[in-house]
Amino acid sequence: MTLFATLRQRLFRWQSDGTAPTRLGQRRVFILPTGAGLLFTIALVVMLIGAINYTLALGHALVFLLAGIALNGMVHTFRNLHGLIVTPGRCEPVFAGEIAHFPLRLGNERNSPRLGLELEAAPGAGSTHADIAGNEMQRVSLPLPAERRGWLSLPRVRLWTRYPLGLFRAWSYLQPEMRCLVYPAPLASPLPPAVPTLRGGEHGNDGGEEDFAGFRLRQPADSPRHVAWKASARAPSRPLLVKQFAGGAQVELRLDWDLTNPALPAETRLSLLTGWVLAADALGACYALRLPGTDIPAGTGEQHRRRCLETLALATL
Amino acid sequence: MSTPAKEALDHSATPWLFLAAVATVAPHFAHQPSWLSVCVALTFAWGGWLWWQDRRLPGRWLLVLLVAGGCAAILAEFHTLFGRDPGVALLVMLMALKLLELKSRRDAIVVVILGYFLLLTHYFYSQSIPTGLWLLTALWLVTATLIRVHGGSAATTRGTLRHAAVLAAQSLPFMLVLYLLFPRIPGPLWGLPQDAHAGRTGLSETMTPGNIASLAQSSEIAFRVLFDGALPPRDKLYWRGPVLEAFDGRIWRPYPGVTPHPQLALLSQPVDYQTTLEGHSQRWLLALDAPSTLPADAILSGTLTVNARQPVVNRQRHRFSSVLDYRFNVEETQAVLQRNLALPGNNPRSVDLARRWRAENSSPQALIDKALDLFAREFFYTLRPPLLGENGIDEFLFTTRRGFCEHFAAAFVVLMRAGGVPARVVTGYQGGERNPVDGFLVVRQSDAHAWAEVWLAGRGWVRVDPTAAVSPSRIEAGIADALPAGEPLPALLQVRTDWLRTLRHRWEAINNAWNQQVIGFDRERQRDLLARFGLPDADWRDLAIALGTATALLLTASLAWALYHRPHRDPAARLWQKVLRYLARRQVHCAPWETPLALAVRLKAERPELAEPVAQVVEAYLLARYGTACDLKMLRAAIARLP
Repeated sequence: MTLFATLRQRLFRWQSDGTAPTRLGQRRVFILPTGAGLLFTIALVVMLIGAINYTLALGHALVFLLAGIALNGMVHTFRNLHGLIVTPGRCEPVFAGEIAHFPLRLGNERNSPRLGLELEAAPGAGSTHADIAGNEMQRVSLPLPAERRGWLSLPRVRLWTRYPLGLFRAWSYLQPEMRCLVYPAPLASPLPPAVPTLRGGEHGNDGGEEDFAGFRLRQPADSPRHVAWKASARAPSRPLLVKQFAGGAQVELRLDWDLTNPALPAETRLSLLTGWVLAADALGACYALRLPGTDIPAGTGEQHRRRCLETLALATL
Repeated sequence: MSTPAKEALDHSATPWLFLAAVATVAPHFAHQPSWLSVCVALTFAWGGWLWWQDRRLPGRWLLVLLVAGGCAAILAEFHTLFGRDPGVALLVMLMALKLLELKSRRDAIVVVILGYFLLLTHYFYSQSIPTGLWLLTALWLVTATLIRVHGGSAATTRGTLRHAAVLAAQSLPFMLVLYLLFPRIPGPLWGLPQDAHAGRTGLSETMTPGNIASLAQSSEIAFRVLFDGALPPRDKLYWRGPVLEAFDGRIWRPYPGVTPHPQLALLSQPVDYQTTLEGHSQRWLLALDAPSTLPADAILSGTLTVNARQPVVNRQRHRFSSVLDYRFNVEETQAVLQRNLALPGNNPRSVDLARRWRAENSSPQALIDKALDLFAREFFYTLRPPLLGENGIDEFLFTTRRGFCEHFAAAFVVLMRAGGVPARVVTGYQGGERNPVDGFLVVRQSDAHAWAEVWLAGRGWVRVDPTAAVSPSRIEAGIADALPAGEPLPALLQVRTDWLRTLRHRWEAINNAWNQQVIGFDRERQRDLLARFGLPDADWRDLAIALGTATALLLTASLAWALYHRPHRDPAARLWQKVLRYLARRQVHCAPWETPLALAVRLKAERPELAEPVAQVVEAYLLARYGTACDLKMLRAAIARLP
């Protein structure tokens, strides 16, 4: 580590703040004059010279009052950040290529409002504005582009303000322990054919006709007898649906790594699988996911979908 | 740290900026050219309309054109762009045009800084208490505008105004410390422009019939005097200004050459006093006849006028001693006497009259008595004398017979010179009014006066006031009593009601205190103040140390205020924090999201020995915090039962 980096680490505390609420203490708030502050200083010097040159007693008083206002403005700017309580929230997973949102809760325990706060997760990611009334909490979410699947950690967050006078900028760095799960970007492609699976083993009826259990996409092997013509007519753009019956035998989708084109790059194959999971889930189909080293048995529902997507996001190939 | 310079300004901040601009610009309308005021008002209206209609602001090229046009117009009006008045006009114009360019936050900051600048320029014209108060209000508004610009639309009007007031109030101690301790540098630092102190009233260096009469219609204060001892009698209060020796038949002028140093014989105890002279842009100071001790930087001229080295452009304090009984130049040079006998060729009847008198009785005293007797019998004292023509003195003496002090003084001197007695006109002020509130003698422009001085063998130059012969009350009581009703005197002087007079005295005493203590706080007062605090002979280094210490202390106080964090006000919550600290010591950590009830449930499984007492505490805490009866006793008891 270079000397500069060491110094930065010491000064700006690059270690994590954990998941607990953090109160910004005086050692974490930094302050420097802005360009407007420098302009103001120059104006004050010119005004002072004018007041001396024309022996304006009240001119002296005005310049001195303005100098006092600028100094107190510095304290006010510092105070606008000092004592702010930052609590990390929980992130919702997103797909790669989308924007991840990291929610933070900002708490103000003072009676006076804290206005003009800006937060930025990474340079260029766009800043989020926040104004918190006295004795209030405010939720903000920091946008961050999710480019690759896997865990996306919240980088160091810069929190700054120029309120009230804009002559000084106070800033602080936050490093709450927050990460967002990024699923692979889904690629749409036709689902693989369904595989009938025998359950129970005693009934020989193909496709089972006992209890209606739902619809699934028609596969070329399905008998036209099972096509749900009425249901299909309601959504003409979709492929034909077949009636599914709960019984001894059931049709399930096998979303297998080996069904994807081996010539494609691994990430693209994961994206294809993700697209299949989404499509199968949208149909309410029963599907299983198989990756090299991982096997998720067939299932349906929100929890199953989430489990499959998590596996795809964190798959190591 | 990138600076987002082009942050857009929110729409609702614009009225604040307009308000700040109006508050800082409007007082200048009183003294700037009216075309500029009209243009500025129109620009404000245009900008306001554009904002109201949410129209697009004018483009850059149009603004450049407007600025160039404004500069050209100001150049045409003042013939320069530098100096006080054109400078102020430029600032006013820039402020108005900047309001047409309110796009980003940076534009708003420029408007605010321009506003602060404009506040300073008001002090060129007045530093009175009302100006000070008005500008304090305007400063508050401008600062609130700056806060509003940075607070965005979340800032309420009330909150913004309050924040600005808090900021200004916290800054007052800084201002006080800086005002008292900042090393005072006597200005000017360089030559001031010609118009720096234009438009001052006061005595002029020449005298024509009518110019003192017009001065007498002003109730402005010329100077104030504080006597160390008792106030001398009124008829001795002759404040000498320029002495006029050269007469061209119409205008009286001072002798341009050098007069030898005066010889004074002092016949009584000196009177000590301090004068506070308002700036009048002339070199003479006003002292009682005859000054015996002068301020260090003043010079006594051969005609007993006290002159400063530089024109008096600002209010100045001077200490004098004067001797009211004196002999002045008993031995006079021939050149001076000859000069004071010279007469132009006009006014033949006056000259004739004086020669006839002289033929009757050759004594100079007899001549003086005859002239004064003439004035006392047949002349009127008035502020509205008739206009006089070519032979002004003749017309006055034989036809109109109505005049103000300068007519009497001039006619008297002409008579004396024609009769062979050296004589000259002295201008200055006579009398003054004592303010019973603070004991200062106030001398106004309306006390301006002209009298005569004659040279008598063995007695030197002797003061003769012909006005006293016409209107003795002018000298004994003042001009307001000497003039008949209906004369165009300022309203202020005609006040005869007692309570109004008292009110005026109070107001003037407050103004005087303000001028003496606040505006007149100069290097000497600063030194006196520091000496009183145990820092005698303080130089700039001592001042810098004192200033640094005081500012650092104030800044520390401000920071302490900022860092002070009020502890939780809810006592139940405070007690619960205590319980959490107790549990932490026993290796039980409560996560921020864990509710007290959840903690109690968890303890049952993890730490059975603690579970029961903590459950009791939790119950008492929930009752105390959220229950209807806020009972802390139970909670305290439950905490006390913790193992």
